[in-house]
Amino acid sequence: MHSERDLTVDYLARVEGEGAMYLKLQDDEVVDLQFKIFEPPRFFEALLAGRRFSEAPDITARICGICPIAYQTSACNAMEDAAGVEIPAQLQDLRRLIYCGEWIESHGLHVYFLHAPDFLGYAGGIEMAADFPDLVRNGLRLKKIGNHLMTVLGGREIHPVNVKVGGFFRVPTRSELDALVADLEWGLEAAVDTVRWVSEFPFPDFERDYEFVAVHHPDEYAIQRGRIVSNRGIDIGPGQWPDIFEEEHVEWSNALHARIKERGSYHVGPMARYSLNFEQLTSRAQAEAQRAGLGPTCTNPFRSVIVRAVELVFAFEEALRLIGSYRRPEAPAVEAHPRSSTGHGVSEAPRGILYHRYAMDGEGLIESAQIVPPTSQNQLSIEEDLRDYIPGRTHLSDETLQWQLEQAIRNYDPCISCATHFLDLSVERI
Amino acid sequence: MNHRPKLAVWKFASCDGCQLSLLDCEDELLALAEAVEIAYFPEATKSVIEGPYDLSLVEGSITTFHDANRILEIRGQSKALVTIGACATAGGIQALRNWADVSAFTSIVYAEPSFISTLETSTPISDHVGVDFELRGCPISKRQLIEVVDSFLHQRRPNVPRHSVCVECKARGTPCIMVRAKVPCLGPVTQAGCGAICPAYDRGCYGCFGPSESPNVRGLAEWWTTLGVPEVDLVRALRTFNAWAPEFREVSDSYAQ
Repeated sequence: MHSERDLTVDYLARVEGEGAMYLKLQDDEVVDLQFKIFEPPRFFEALLAGRRFSEAPDITARICGICPIAYQTSACNAMEDAAGVEIPAQLQDLRRLIYCGEWIESHGLHVYFLHAPDFLGYAGGIEMAADFPDLVRNGLRLKKIGNHLMTVLGGREIHPVNVKVGGFFRVPTRSELDALVADLEWGLEAAVDTVRWVSEFPFPDFERDYEFVAVHHPDEYAIQRGRIVSNRGIDIGPGQWPDIFEEEHVEWSNALHARIKERGSYHVGPMARYSLNFEQLTSRAQAEAQRAGLGPTCTNPFRSVIVRAVELVFAFEEALRLIGSYRRPEAPAVEAHPRSSTGHGVSEAPRGILYHRYAMDGEGLIESAQIVPPTSQNQLSIEEDLRDYIPGRTHLSDETLQWQLEQAIRNYDPCISCATHFLDLSVERI
Repeated sequence: MNHRPKLAVWKFASCDGCQLSLLDCEDELLALAEAVEIAYFPEATKSVIEGPYDLSLVEGSITTFHDANRILEIRGQSKALVTIGACATAGGIQALRNWADVSAFTSIVYAEPSFISTLETSTPISDHVGVDFELRGCPISKRQLIEVVDSFLHQRRPNVPRHSVCVECKARGTPCIMVRAKVPCLGPVTQAGCGAICPAYDRGCYGCFGPSESPNVRGLAEWWTTLGVPEVDLVRALRTFNAWAPEFREVSDSYAQ
C-alpha cells in the first residue's frame, strides 16, 4: 500500500516577498516539487527602456528595499563599463564602505530575525525576544549600526540617494566617518559573539556538492567588484556572463530560473563567497570561523547562518579599516559620458551575485536591460536541496518536515521581491 | 493582554522597503510589539492571528486580478486601513506600465508570457477601497510611520505635514540648490517627510514623497525649462516613483504630447 502526502505552505513567512512551496510525496519519493514565486511581476527590465543611463541606480534600487546598494552598485558598474570610465581607488573604497553597511543590516536582520527562530523553535524574532531580550536587543543594535553607516554615506538606509554613476553626489568628511567608529567597534565584538552563539545551533546532517559561483577580486574579499569564478572552473569577466549562464521561464514561478548552460544549478551567496574567497577574510574572521567548526569550505546549507555571522565580523572589520584609511576624494564622482555601447556589472548582494546588463544608445538612453538577482540564481539549488533533504526523513510528522523544509528555503535568505523583480510552501504526500 | 489592538501588515506589488521600515525601527520595535499585538506580519513572523484587525498597514500597488480581490477582503477585516509608501499610495514605479502596452512589457521580460497573469495597470489602493490615511514616501519615513501607528492607536489624526520639501531645507539650513547651483529640484512640489536629504547631499529632490498639498507643478516645470532642462527629461523626472499621482501625471502628460 502506498502512502501519499501533500505538504503545502501557501505563504512562506520571514522571507522578503511572496512565495510558496508545494511538495508531493509518494512513500519516500518526491514526485512533484515547486518552489513558487507568486509575487506579481513589476517589469523593471521593460520600464527601463527609454530611460537615461544615469537613472538606472535609483530606479533599480526599487526592486528591493533590503539590498538597494547592491542594485545601485551593479547598475553603476554596468553603466561605467558601458561608458568606459574607471572609478578611482578612493571612490571604490567608499562604495565598499556603504556596501559593508548593507551587509551588516541585511545579515543582521536575517541571522537574528529570519533564521535564528527556525533553529530555536520560535515563530519570529519578536516572539524570541520574550525569552532572550538581551540577545534580540543586541541583534537590533547591530543591525542599526549597519543602517546608520548607510545613512551617513547614502542619506538614508532604504533607497539611499547619494549613489550615482561615476561615484557619489557628495563624499563624507573625515569627522562624519570618525563618529561611526565607536559603534562599529562595539558591532565587531557583537558579531564575534554572534558567530559563537549561532555555532551552537542544532544543524541537520546534510551536505551537498554545489557548484559555488561568486565574485572574486585579487586584492580583497570581493564585494563591490571583480570577476566571476566557480569551484568548477568558471573564471570570467562580467561581460562574459551571457556566454556561461542562461535564464529559463517555468510555469509555476514569476521569477526566471538561472542556470549554467549545459550544466544546471549553481549556488550563490555567503557559502559560495566564503568557500571561494576564504583566504581573503581577515585573520580574525578566519579564526572565528575555525572556532565555530567551519573548514575553508562549507557545504551544509543550514550552516550558512554561521557563514553569515562570519561575514558580519568581516564587514565590521572592513568598515573600520576603510574608515581608518579614508582620505576625502577631491571630486565626489568621475564624469561618465554616454556612448552607444553595452555594459555589464556584477557585485555581491548580501544574498549573492547580482548581475546587470544594459545597452544604451549614443544619447545615453537605455535600449535594453537584463537584471539577474541572486534568488533567481539560487532557485534551482533550493529545489534540489528540498528534493535531497526528504529521503530518510519521511518518518517525520508533516509539521516537523514542513518546518525543516521552510528552514531549508530560508537557508538562502531568499529575496522574492528581487527574484520577480515570490514563497508559499506546500507538501503533498501521495 | 487580549485588549491590545491588533496590527496587520500586508504586501502587494512592491520592494518590501516600507514594511522593512517597521523592522528598521530598532529602538521602538520591541516597545511597539508590547503596545500592539502583531497579528499578521509574514515578513517578521510565521504566527498568524485571525482578523478582524484594528489597524492594517498596506504596502504595494494593485497589479493583478487576484490582488484586486484580496484588498477587498483585507478592507473588510480592517477597522482602519493605512497605505504605506509610494506604491500603495500612487501605484509606484511599476505604474509606468499604465502608459505602455503590457503585453509588450511581458514579452520583454518573460520567455513564456502566457504563464504570467497581470492587469494592464498598476493602481493605488485608494482606487479599489476606502483608505483612512495615506503615508507617502519611497521609502516612507520611520518617524512618520511610528507617528501614524501611534495616532491610530490613540484615535487622533496623524501629525504628518503636507507642506513641501522646501520647508525642510529651510529648517535644516540647506541653501536652495536651485538658486545656488541651478540644479533642477522637485522640492517645491514634493511633500516633506524625508528630511530634505537630497539637497543636503548636493542633488536635486527627485520627488520620492509625491506631490505636496496644492503643488504648482506647472509653474515649477516652466522654471525647469528656463534652467535648460529638455522637456523629455522633465517628463522623465515627473514619471518615477509617484508617476501616477494625479498632480504629477497631469503635467507630465501635457509635456509628453
